[in-house]
Amino acid sequence: MIEFHLNGRSGLSPYQQLVQQVRHALRLGLLDEGDRLPTVKEVSKQLAINPNTVLKAYRELEYDGLVAARQGVGTFVTATLTDGSLAAHAPLRKDLRRWLAKARLAGLDEESIEALFMNTFRNNAGEDVA
Amino acid sequence: MTAVLRARALGKQYRRRWALQNCNLNIPAGRVVGLVGPNGAGKSTLLNLASGMLTPTAGTIEVCGGRPAADAGQLTKVGFVAQDAPVYTGLSVADHLAFGRRLNPAWNDDIARDRITALGLDPKQKAGKLSGGQRAQLALTLGIAKQPELLILDEPVAALDPLARREFMQNLMESVAEQEMSVILSSHLVSDVERTCDYLVVLVDSRVQVAGNMDDLLATHYRLIGPRRDLDTLPAELHVISASHTDKQSTLLVRTEAPVHDPSWTVSSLTLEDLVLAYMHESANTAVRPKLEVLR
Amino acid sequence: MIRLTWRQFQASAVGLFGALAVLVALLGATGAGLADEYDTGLTACTTAGGDCQVFIENFADDHSATFLGVMAAMLLLPALIGLFWGAPLIARELESGTLRLVWNQSITRGRWFAVKLTLTGLATVVAAGALAWVVNWWSTPVDKSMAKDFARMDPLMFGTRGIVVVGYAAFAFALGVVVGMLARKTLAAMAITLAVFVGLQIAMPILVRPHLAPAISTTVAVTEDNAADTQLSNGTTLLISARPADKGAWILADYTVDPSGKRVESITLPASATQPGGACAPGKGRGSCLELVADMGYRQVLEYQPSGRYWGFQWGETGIYLGLALGLAGFCSWWVRRRLS
Repeated sequence: MIEFHLNGRSGLSPYQQLVQQVRHALRLGLLDEGDRLPTVKEVSKQLAINPNTVLKAYRELEYDGLVAARQGVGTFVTATLTDGSLAAHAPLRKDLRRWLAKARLAGLDEESIEALFMNTFRNNAGEDVA
Repeated sequence: MTAVLRARALGKQYRRRWALQNCNLNIPAGRVVGLVGPNGAGKSTLLNLASGMLTPTAGTIEVCGGRPAADAGQLTKVGFVAQDAPVYTGLSVADHLAFGRRLNPAWNDDIARDRITALGLDPKQKAGKLSGGQRAQLALTLGIAKQPELLILDEPVAALDPLARREFMQNLMESVAEQEMSVILSSHLVSDVERTCDYLVVLVDSRVQVAGNMDDLLATHYRLIGPRRDLDTLPAELHVISASHTDKQSTLLVRTEAPVHDPSWTVSSLTLEDLVLAYMHESANTAVRPKLEVLR
Repeated sequence: MIRLTWRQFQASAVGLFGALAVLVALLGATGAGLADEYDTGLTACTTAGGDCQVFIENFADDHSATFLGVMAAMLLLPALIGLFWGAPLIARELESGTLRLVWNQSITRGRWFAVKLTLTGLATVVAAGALAWVVNWWSTPVDKSMAKDFARMDPLMFGTRGIVVVGYAAFAFALGVVVGMLARKTLAAMAITLAVFVGLQIAMPILVRPHLAPAISTTVAVTEDNAADTQLSNGTTLLISARPADKGAWILADYTVDPSGKRVESITLPASATQPGGACAPGKGRGSCLELVADMGYRQVLEYQPSGRYWGFQWGETGIYLGLALGLAGFCSWWVRRRLS
C-alpha cells in the first residue's frame, strides 16, 4: 500500500501533493489495478492533515478515472498510467535531448535552462486554461 | 448549511480595554477552523465566548444554534479544551474518564478507552504526574469522547514539543475523520493551521481581519510586483492589504476575485504564512481597518 | 458530580473528620467516668456533712487542662472549616483552571455549584453538630464545677457550648466560599477568611449579643449578700462591684451612682469612717461599711442578661449566623451563574 508524505516547501498544496504521489506511484507501477488506497482516516492520522483534503484528492483522482470509491469498503485503483509509460515516448525524449544540447551550446547554465523551461511550461499551461 | 458559529457585532470589554470588537462571523459546520493571530489579539477571548466561559459585553454569539452554556443540552453540543489543558491533578486518568462518563449524556466510553490505550496512558496514573503532551492528549480525549458537534481548542499545542504536537494533531485529525465534528482551534503556528484547517479566521488587534474558506482565501490573494505605482491608480476590485514601495518598485499584497490581467505586474500566489503576516503587519500600521469577510 | 465533589473534598474531609473522630472518641471514653467522679464525690461530701466547695474546686482544678483544650477545639473548628473546606471550594478550581474543564462538561454552572455547596455544607453541619453534641454531654460535670468563674452566659462559654457552634461553622464555611470566589487564590482567600471570621467573632459578643434582648437594669443598695469585690485604696477611696441575685447572669455593666444618680468611679468615704472604730475601719468586716455607703445614698447599677435567657440567645444567635450563611450562599450562587469567569 502506498504511504504518503508531505513536503512543506514544494509549493503545491497538500491535496495536490497527494494526487501527484498517487499518479507517480501509478506511473512507476508501485500501484496496480485493484490495489486499495489508504482510508481517509488513515491518511489524516498519519499526516495530521484535514480529512477533507484527502477526500478532495481522492475525488480528483476519481474524476480523472484513476480510482473508484466503493461505499463501506475503500478506494481502489481502477486504471494505471503505465500505458503512457516513459518508454513509449522515446521520440519526445530524443527531441528533449536535442533541445538540451542546443541550450548548453547557447551558453545557458543548469539553472537558466531549468528557469527557461519552467517559465515556458507554466505560461503554456496558463494559456491552455485561459 | 447550518452555521456552527454565528457572531454579530460581538465584543468583550475588560475594564478599559476591548479584547474583542465588532466581531462578525458566520462559520459553516463540518469545517476545521483555524483561528490565527498574534498573542493578545483576542483569540482566547473569542473561544471563551464561544464556549460560554465568558459573556459578551456587546453583540451576540450563537454556537450550534444556541446561546453558549445556556443549558445542559447546549453544553453537550460543544466541547472545549482550554489553554494549558487543565486537569484534576489529584485524580487518575481513569477517574477523569469516569467523571466524563457521568457528566456527559452523549459520552462514548469505547472511544475514550480505546484512545487512552492507543496513547499508552496508564489509567491509574495521577493526572498531575503526566507530561505536558500527555495532559493535552487526556484533555483532548475528554473533549472527543463527549461526541460534541463542535470542539473548541484554545492553543492546544502551544506548550508542546514537536513530537507531542504532531501526535496531538494526528489524534485530532483522526477524530475529525471518524466523527462528524466541527473544530475550531486557535494557534500561532501557521504550519499546523495550513495542514489541518480548511477555514481560516485571522484575528489581529481585537478585530477579525479576514475570514473564509482556506482554498478561497489562498486563491484570491496575490503578491504583485511591478514598477512603482500610486495606489489610487489601481482598479477598484483590487483590495490592497499591504503595500511597500522603493523608488522604482512597488510590492503589493492584494485580494481580488478577478484574475489580474495587467501585464506590468508579476503575479505570484501567497503562502498562508505570507497572507497572515500581511494582515498582521497591516493592522500594526493602520488604526482601523474595515474587516474583509468572505461570505459563502 | 457528587462523586467528583467527594474526590475533590476527600483529602481535607478525611483530615478534619479524622481529627474530629479522635477527639470525639477521647471525650466519649472519658465522659462517663467524669460524670461518675463528680456525682460520687458530691454525694460523699454532702453525706459527710460540711461544705462541698473544696471538692468542687479540686475537681475543677484537676480537669482544667482538658476543659481548656476542649474549649480551644470548639473555637478552632469553625475557623478550620472556613479555611480548609470553604476557601478552596471555588478558589482552587479557579487557580488550577479546572473550572474550564468541569464547566464544559454537560453540567450547568448552577447545578455544579449547588452540588458542591450542598455536599460540603452538609459535612460542615454534621461535623459541627456532632462535636457540639459530644462536648455538651462531656462537659456537664466540669461546667458545673467551674460555674463560679465560667458562667454559661459568659462570652467564652457561650460560644463553645450549646448549638451556636453549628451556626458559626456554617457561616465560616459560606464566608470562605465567597472570599475564595472573589479572591480567586486559595492562600489569600484563607488568610482573608480567617481575618474576617475572627474579627466578627470578637465583635459579636461586644456589639450584637448584648442587644439580642433588652438588658435588665436594676439599681440596688450594695450589701454583704450581693457585693462582689470591695477595695479600699488611699485610705478613703472605696471601689465596689456587685453581683445580681442571678448567679449565672451575663453582667454587661456594673457601676456606682451617687445620691443624685450620677455615675461615679469610686466613693470617697468620710474621714471618720476609716479611723479605728469607724464603720470602714480595717478588721471591721465589709457589712457595716457597705451599710454606711448605702446610708450615704450610694447605689449600684447593674445591667445584665439573665441566665434564663441562655437558650433563647443560643437559638437567636444561631439563627443570625445561619441567616448570614444562607445570604452568602445565595450571593455566591448568583455570582457564579452570572458574573464568574
